[in-house]
Amino acid sequence: MSGFAKPLKIALGLAVIAALIVVPMNFNRYGLFILSQWAVMSIAAMGLNLTLGYAGQVSLAQGAFVGIGAYAAAIMTTHGWPLPAAILVAIMLSFAVGWVLGYPALRVQHHYLAFVTLAFSTLAFLVFRNESWLTGGIYGISNIPRPNIFGIATNKPLPFYYVCLGSLAIVSLAVWWLIRSPWGRAFMALRENPLRAQSLGIDTRRYTLMAFAIGSALGGVAGALYAPLTQYIDPVPFNLSLSLDLLMMVIVGGAGFYFGPFLGAMIAVLLPEWLRFTEGYYLMLYAVAVMLLLIWSPTGILGILDRYMAARRTKAASALRAVAKSRLETVQ
Amino acid sequence: MSAVLEVTNIKKSFGGIHAVDGVSFDVREGEILGLIGPNGCGKSTLFNCILGQLTPSGGEVKLDGQVVTGLRPSELNKLGVSRTFQLLQVFPKLSVRENLILAGQEHQGNMASRLVGRSDAGLTNAANRMIGFFKLDHLADEPAGGLSYGQQKLLDAAMAFMGGPRLVLLDEPAGGVNPSMLADLKERLVAINREKNATFVVIEHNMEFVMTLCSRVMVMAEGKVLAMGRPDEVRKNPAVIEAYLGH
Repeated sequence: MSGFAKPLKIALGLAVIAALIVVPMNFNRYGLFILSQWAVMSIAAMGLNLTLGYAGQVSLAQGAFVGIGAYAAAIMTTHGWPLPAAILVAIMLSFAVGWVLGYPALRVQHHYLAFVTLAFSTLAFLVFRNESWLTGGIYGISNIPRPNIFGIATNKPLPFYYVCLGSLAIVSLAVWWLIRSPWGRAFMALRENPLRAQSLGIDTRRYTLMAFAIGSALGGVAGALYAPLTQYIDPVPFNLSLSLDLLMMVIVGGAGFYFGPFLGAMIAVLLPEWLRFTEGYYLMLYAVAVMLLLIWSPTGILGILDRYMAARRTKAASALRAVAKSRLETVQ
Repeated sequence: MSAVLEVTNIKKSFGGIHAVDGVSFDVREGEILGLIGPNGCGKSTLFNCILGQLTPSGGEVKLDGQVVTGLRPSELNKLGVSRTFQLLQVFPKLSVRENLILAGQEHQGNMASRLVGRSDAGLTNAANRMIGFFKLDHLADEPAGGLSYGQQKLLDAAMAFMGGPRLVLLDEPAGGVNPSMLADLKERLVAINREKNATFVVIEHNMEFVMTLCSRVMVMAEGKVLAMGRPDEVRKNPAVIEAYLGH
């Protein structure tokens, strides 16, 4: 993205933010629901992008953390607690569980780690389904209230969309700060070359656990917003396929790119809606589109942009060199 | 001169192979010790045992008189021991400057300050100085992966110095570096050795490089120490000549 001039980037960013605030004012109930879902899934995907895209730790359990956050929020808010308190608990709970899930990553990597996290995902699903005393089992939890924020009720779709959008903004800023900090650099070092990272004093154990814990905590935040969004939860949305969906959002958008999750979530949430006119064929079209994209650009959509920018930089550098060379020849 | 590093009877076996077989030596404060020997004689394995990348099967490593055997590599690095690897180990996607900041950041502040503090951990100036010192100025903002092999080798060495180490173990710093750049590298190493009083242990196959850089040279063969002494002594040692030239 570094190819754009800075003022242009800022203008573009402000335009997108303004559009996200203004345009949905005319949306119907369903449109707002879809857009809120995009915001929530972007948060969860951003968490996974941190764990997988930046720190290089494969996880097939992000959906389980969305579930943990959703159940924490559903249980607490139906017992009269305010949503912000529930979000805080969801963060702490998924952070702690994520930290513990990070321990296997200290011993196994790649496909083996994927299997460990896959097992955890199944375990979480079974807890949601079988521990009826806590989670309501297959009947789930209904009548999940939406919060009052600064005295404003968010029962209607538009105010609650703004709650989701505001949360997305806060999370985006926090993640932006994190990846620019020395922690972000250490995460990338973990992904690129853990052996060298260790020899430079980087405590790879602690950073690996942190990458898991923070990524999982963002899954928890997404879940804590998902529960009041749908106002009813049961175990089904939090099974393995949500983890796989989130993984796909990260990969399709571009793993390790800051804007990847926003784009990935947009495609995963909105594309099925746009392809609705194809009726029964939309899943097939979607699958083919994803395959073609990944053949064309294994680094996702933002990978295409990145390659284009790199090519442009190389061209510019070659041009500069050519000029310098011709000057040198003139002098001689 | 006191010993910075004391290695006593270090052993490392892989199955039935004794890669390092009871090596003892010490490294004196401020010296440049060369470590030479035929391929497969256990030099790099010895480095990995000293630095905690491998757990030795036996023996002891002391840093300033303190036993450090079994410490993790990151902990040893925090104690002022740094290294380079035989194969290039820069972070190709990060810029040259970012590589250097990464190499120094864990020596600044603590986990909390590295999260909430400045994104460069206050190291931009130090990184720029190091870039100037290694004559990489024009490449500061380039991704490290785009540099030539020799330039990456310089960056690799520069990274080892960002934390201000007292002891640096260099594994074949001259391998694949062209002669003019090699002279540059040697000059830098000597300068850091004198000015910062950093102690070096250097594994190298380039005899000219070792013999002119090092104050003492240790020769290994088949996992054991064959000889130790001044470069000119070692060069004349019949056992060393035999190990290198064979029967």
